Amino acid sequence: MADDDPARKPPAASNGTRVKIETDVDIVTARQMGRALAAQMGFGPSVSTVVSMAISELARNIVSYAKRGEIVLKPTNSNGRVSIEIVAHDEGPGIANVTQAMQDGFSTSGGLGLGLPGVKRLMDEFEIVSEVGRGTTVKVRKWKT
Amino acid sequence: MEVPILKQGDFLIASIQSALTDADLMALRDAVVTKVGHFRSSGVIIDVTVLDVMDSFATRTLRDIAHMIRLRGAETVIVGIQPDVAFSMVQLGLTLEDVATALDLEEGIAYLSRRTKEIRKGVASRGR
Amino acid sequence: MGGKAAQGRMTNNETFYEVSGTLLRELVDHLRQNRSQLREEWARRISADKLLTAMSEEEIFAEATSIYDNYIEALETQTFETLQAYARNLSERIIPRGVETHEILGIVLQLRDVLARSLFSQYHVDVEKCNRMFDAYEPAANRVANTVALGFVEERERIIREQQEAIRELSTPVLQVRERLLILPMIGVIDPQRARQLTEQLLRGIRANRAKVVVIDITGVAAMDATVANHLVQTVEASRLLGATVIVTGLSPEIAQTLVNIGVDLGKMNTVAGLQGGIEEAERLLGYNVVHSLAAAGTELEA
Repeated sequence: MADDDPARKPPAASNGTRVKIETDVDIVTARQMGRALAAQMGFGPSVSTVVSMAISELARNIVSYAKRGEIVLKPTNSNGRVSIEIVAHDEGPGIANVTQAMQDGFSTSGGLGLGLPGVKRLMDEFEIVSEVGRGTTVKVRKWKT
Repeated sequence: MEVPILKQGDFLIASIQSALTDADLMALRDAVVTKVGHFRSSGVIIDVTVLDVMDSFATRTLRDIAHMIRLRGAETVIVGIQPDVAFSMVQLGLTLEDVATALDLEEGIAYLSRRTKEIRKGVASRGR
Repeated sequence: MGGKAAQGRMTNNETFYEVSGTLLRELVDHLRQNRSQLREEWARRISADKLLTAMSEEEIFAEATSIYDNYIEALETQTFETLQAYARNLSERIIPRGVETHEILGIVLQLRDVLARSLFSQYHVDVEKCNRMFDAYEPAANRVANTVALGFVEERERIIREQQEAIRELSTPVLQVRERLLILPMIGVIDPQRARQLTEQLLRGIRANRAKVVVIDITGVAAMDATVANHLVQTVEASRLLGATVIVTGLSPEIAQTLVNIGVDLGKMNTVAGLQGGIEEAERLLGYNVVHSLAAAGTELEA
């Protein structure tokens, strides 16, 4: 892959809140910050819970597979449509077969617990870029309806 | 954050007080399993009312607890899962399929009392 | 207020506005001087074209006066907030009376026309000035028309949204038929948004009513796509996490097929043919004794 691969680049530098992810305590911190941001943006309790859940899973993947990374939480507004954007970025081992990782059941079998298909179901938009030896970036979004 | 585990008659009640890290959850698992053996309890209630998220790790750990408790001959019931939490869990694909659940502590105690009575009856009838 | 406010607002194209600023003032003065006559002319044309038929002559005249004054003020100050607020307020009052979008568009365009004709008859001798006058008038007049029409349409949409919300809530009532037993009759077309709302409502209902058994009756559901079928399954699972058992009744062969197609194990789902049977099963789960009276089948007694 080319050098400008998004997985190599640091996540969007603008106005988001960055949370370092290294330990299980950081997972709790990240999801609590995400919930607070969603609530502050006017998302209802049900959607805020979903956002919090997705962050927890993404942060967990970082701790489990990459050891360290970061999560960026960002409120966005395009033409009056409001969304919360979450980018999980690490420079860990990467995922060899992204297609396989996105299949339901792949995570649970073998106890890997990637949970990516679940996160995709929870959110409205889901993008993943991963390269073996270089790292993984997952970007997800929830629109406010 | 340690989870207090209270003995109430035949049962143990673990009531979670705040958000738990993975380490906290594992500590809870070890403590519950040890105490069930120690007190020879017939049932365990885990109250999760205060949890505003139950992710895959929390769910898996609760399931592990239930399975380990069953191996020790006792029953487990999870009580107090909040509506929004439950909805987000099933969307992620977490259903706690083979673990008993109840609305709250009161319901959990009622469930365990019924269950343990049934089990005793079953044992007794088999003995006849 | 006059010219001061007008000039204060003109920022983007100074040369154009310097010229048009002076012209606008002249234009506004003209429209003020002829207020009574033009207003009457406009009201007459509204009646002649059979617009705003839901309103009386007096009402039309009163609204025409308000719109006229707001119109001129907007032209003069080049600020549209007051007009916008007025348009919204007007729409709020007249939409419930059945005034249609084409009527509002119609009267705004009429006013534009009435004023343009008056300007033309005043200035047509000096063609160049007349042209410049229209250069100043047109953009502002268009924006005024736009503001009023948009205000109306937005208000209409808001009302429609509110009504949809109300209908949605009406069509998914969570009923408590007896202690600890909820019934959710689903009727009509279930889209993903409604399905989601329904789940949230049910889960909160379970907690609020301390329900142990829920009967979801889908007899009245016309069709169910895979997304909504999935949602039904999630609802059943989430209810169980709260400690409630769900019984699904009225499952049509088509919907059963959809569920099987998306990989649902119907054996794991608690299904009963009819609502009556579902309620009986629920009562059995709750520990009530259901006794059928032979004389009147369908009535039941509690033991």
